[in-house]
Amino acid sequence: MSTMEGYNFAYLDEQTKRMIRRALLKAVAIPGHQIPFGSREMPLPYGWGTGGIQVTAAVLGPQDVLKVIDQGADDTTNAVSIRRFFARTAGVATTTDTSAASVIQTRHRIPEKPLREDQIIVYQVPQPEPLSRLEPSRAETRRMHALAEYGLMHVKLYEDITRFGHVAISYDYPVMVNGRHLMAPSPIPAFDNPKMHQMAALQLFGAGREKRLYAIPPYTSVVSLDFDDHPFRTTRAPHACGLCGATDSYLDEVVTDDQGGRLYVCSDTDHCETRREAGHTGSESPLQEAAQ
Amino acid sequence: MAYVAVKGGERAIDNAHAWLAADRRGNPDVPDLGLAQIREQLGRAIDRVMAEGSLYDQDLAALAIKQSQGDLIEAAFLLRAYRTTLPRFAHSEPVDTATMAVRRRVSAVFKDLPGGQVLGPTYDYTHRLLDFTLAAGTAPPPPATAHATGAKMQRVNDFLVHAGLIEPDAPAGTTPGDITRQPLTFPAPRDVRLQALARGDEGFLLGLGYSTQRGYGGNHPFAGEIRVGEVTVEIEPAELGFAIDIGDITLTECQMVNQFKGSKTQPPQFTRGYGLAFGHAERKTMSMALVDRAMRAEELGEDVTAPAQNVEFVLYHSDNIEGTGFVEHLKLPHYVDFQSELETIRRMRAEADAGKEAAE
Amino acid sequence: MTTGTDLPGFADPVLDAQSAFRAVLAALSCPGSIHDAGAGLTPPASLAPATAAVLLALVDGETSLAIAPTLQPAAGWIAFHCGPEIATTTLAGFVLAEALPNLAALDTGSDEVPERAATVILQVAALGSGASYTLAGPGLQHPTKFAVNGLPVDFAARWTANRALYPRGIDLILCAGGRLAALPRSVTVGEG
Repeated sequence: MSTMEGYNFAYLDEQTKRMIRRALLKAVAIPGHQIPFGSREMPLPYGWGTGGIQVTAAVLGPQDVLKVIDQGADDTTNAVSIRRFFARTAGVATTTDTSAASVIQTRHRIPEKPLREDQIIVYQVPQPEPLSRLEPSRAETRRMHALAEYGLMHVKLYEDITRFGHVAISYDYPVMVNGRHLMAPSPIPAFDNPKMHQMAALQLFGAGREKRLYAIPPYTSVVSLDFDDHPFRTTRAPHACGLCGATDSYLDEVVTDDQGGRLYVCSDTDHCETRREAGHTGSESPLQEAAQ
Repeated sequence: MAYVAVKGGERAIDNAHAWLAADRRGNPDVPDLGLAQIREQLGRAIDRVMAEGSLYDQDLAALAIKQSQGDLIEAAFLLRAYRTTLPRFAHSEPVDTATMAVRRRVSAVFKDLPGGQVLGPTYDYTHRLLDFTLAAGTAPPPPATAHATGAKMQRVNDFLVHAGLIEPDAPAGTTPGDITRQPLTFPAPRDVRLQALARGDEGFLLGLGYSTQRGYGGNHPFAGEIRVGEVTVEIEPAELGFAIDIGDITLTECQMVNQFKGSKTQPPQFTRGYGLAFGHAERKTMSMALVDRAMRAEELGEDVTAPAQNVEFVLYHSDNIEGTGFVEHLKLPHYVDFQSELETIRRMRAEADAGKEAAE
Repeated sequence: MTTGTDLPGFADPVLDAQSAFRAVLAALSCPGSIHDAGAGLTPPASLAPATAAVLLALVDGETSLAIAPTLQPAAGWIAFHCGPEIATTTLAGFVLAEALPNLAALDTGSDEVPERAATVILQVAALGSGASYTLAGPGLQHPTKFAVNGLPVDFAARWTANRALYPRGIDLILCAGGRLAALPRSVTVGEG
């Protein structure tokens, strides 16, 4: 195991790791509650995953296998950059295979393949406060969480329904955790929200710039806010993946020309590759083209 | 095949870094910039980077400025990220600015005072005319010198304190907070506020300070004193039991004197706004002192109406490392969220069209 | 008098701390699950290896710790390796004991800052045997049996009172020999 000279394993000093670890344990004990922590400056900019990186650095050990995704993809530049950071500072094994990973750091997606009890998923969180757009003062939102006073959010959702006929939030859709704490799921598409409910894996959330972290233990209730007459529902582009033919995965829309041409492909690149390796094809597959 | 999945993020990053290095170096026919040149000839940039980077080291600041191609926020960020990995061996004793070896000291509230007005190396009365002799690289004539008296130069505020006309210093004693170890919580005490301002972005503080002068939370400031010079930093190792001198640092201190009409508990007296920063940083410390005083509105029973008086607003937005990271993160891919918005908009448009047709 | 400071801490302070932390994290994430911790540690006789591992992994100069009288013989070792601020039971962030303290008398946090509530590190005789409880709550897909030898007879009632404070409340780490388990404040504990 090689690590970067002059720096501690996983970059952070041990005192900082202990501080983050203590905060993580409290976060697990109070699902969905934001814990302020002494977030450190990291060698990557705030807003680029410093919270997730600090959480991962506090959790990671030499036995771990790390996967990093951004927008569901392992090869987006920021995912590459973060994966390299840990390969350099912790010398851990990395993978793109969801099922081979023990720790998955993610920005904006939850993998399509259901996670297991022996996995941990770490979310990068830009804005941990679900009420921030309704009440900018953190002193005030803290009080609201203390009192479980979430009327403001219900009013906002109801106003959406009156105006648009349904809730007009398509990502970072607020959830109620363990029936007590309103929580920002991070900017994952609402499509991914149901995966958080009763997930077998431990879910950890790090917001570096806002200096908050929170957690959802395995098998915990995570309910997307809704109303009886307007139940929560998810949306995805109504197409099949052009590469693997999947009709149930979240899709990216790729512009192919300036004539309105579009191609829809799985946002979860590992999911798509796994399916293609298993023989699944889509309308744009080379095999398909060859057949034509 | 119409579409090839974008691969090669790793190679793209390597290539980008190589290009950046060449771009940084510029024309190789021009001599490479030495750190000593930056340290000696771009002193104000060094000072700003040390202040906002929260690390007093002129050579590292020079390296950061070179590495960032003179992008001072990027340079401050480099210092911060380095600083966070350093172990803490000791905490310094509070520095005493009354013992400062003063290079510059001006007071706007007295015509003359013990120790005198010391103009020092200032741009204040330069005419802002581009100096083409600098471009030619001519050496400046030697400045006039005087023998240092070594006398301690009393702070202007101390004269007013003696007369009971200005609020005294807050009692010392408790260990000040440290936002680099503990997250901000509110209400934030003044020590924590001052630390945040001292690390804060000069431009942000300038804008906020300026806004108080234009009526957004104004409090009639006078520049009681601005002093620039060197102070000694001391630590007291537990095993020694006495303080030892570990070096000198340059500081700028600004004491603003502000009108105060008095409250139920306090008689009319002058109040203070305080500014302190590494290096020669008059604009920064004057702005800081204005904002510090504005943030004391609630404590002094004044109405809190203006942005500069809103402690949470000021402290959460003064850090340019946090700000630049979050503003610039918008250039990271967001296509998953954008896709979800697209679907929502399409759905809403379809529903609106369906509603229209039904109505027709 | 030996202070225990001659006995070592973690052989590898970085990796051993990480693995002890992961054991506690897994234990809290799945209440009642039992995990190995402290293998290879040789703490003072009064401390189980698992107890020592939890202290080394979580307690330092930035935390406060109350040490119950029966574990005072280990105080020198703890001071040397962890260096916490020693506090009274009512104020401490961590409470180290062999008999369950009165949970209501500890710092249970506030509604705004429930995370301030104390963590009790309780050294017990055995995990996986002894009195049996049924656990339910976050971390558990189904209600789960959990056996401990070393909790007071009225533990379920005392825990129910603690659970009623939620989101305030005490979190409990149980250590026996080289193994540990945990009960976060969110879990409900029934008899049998």
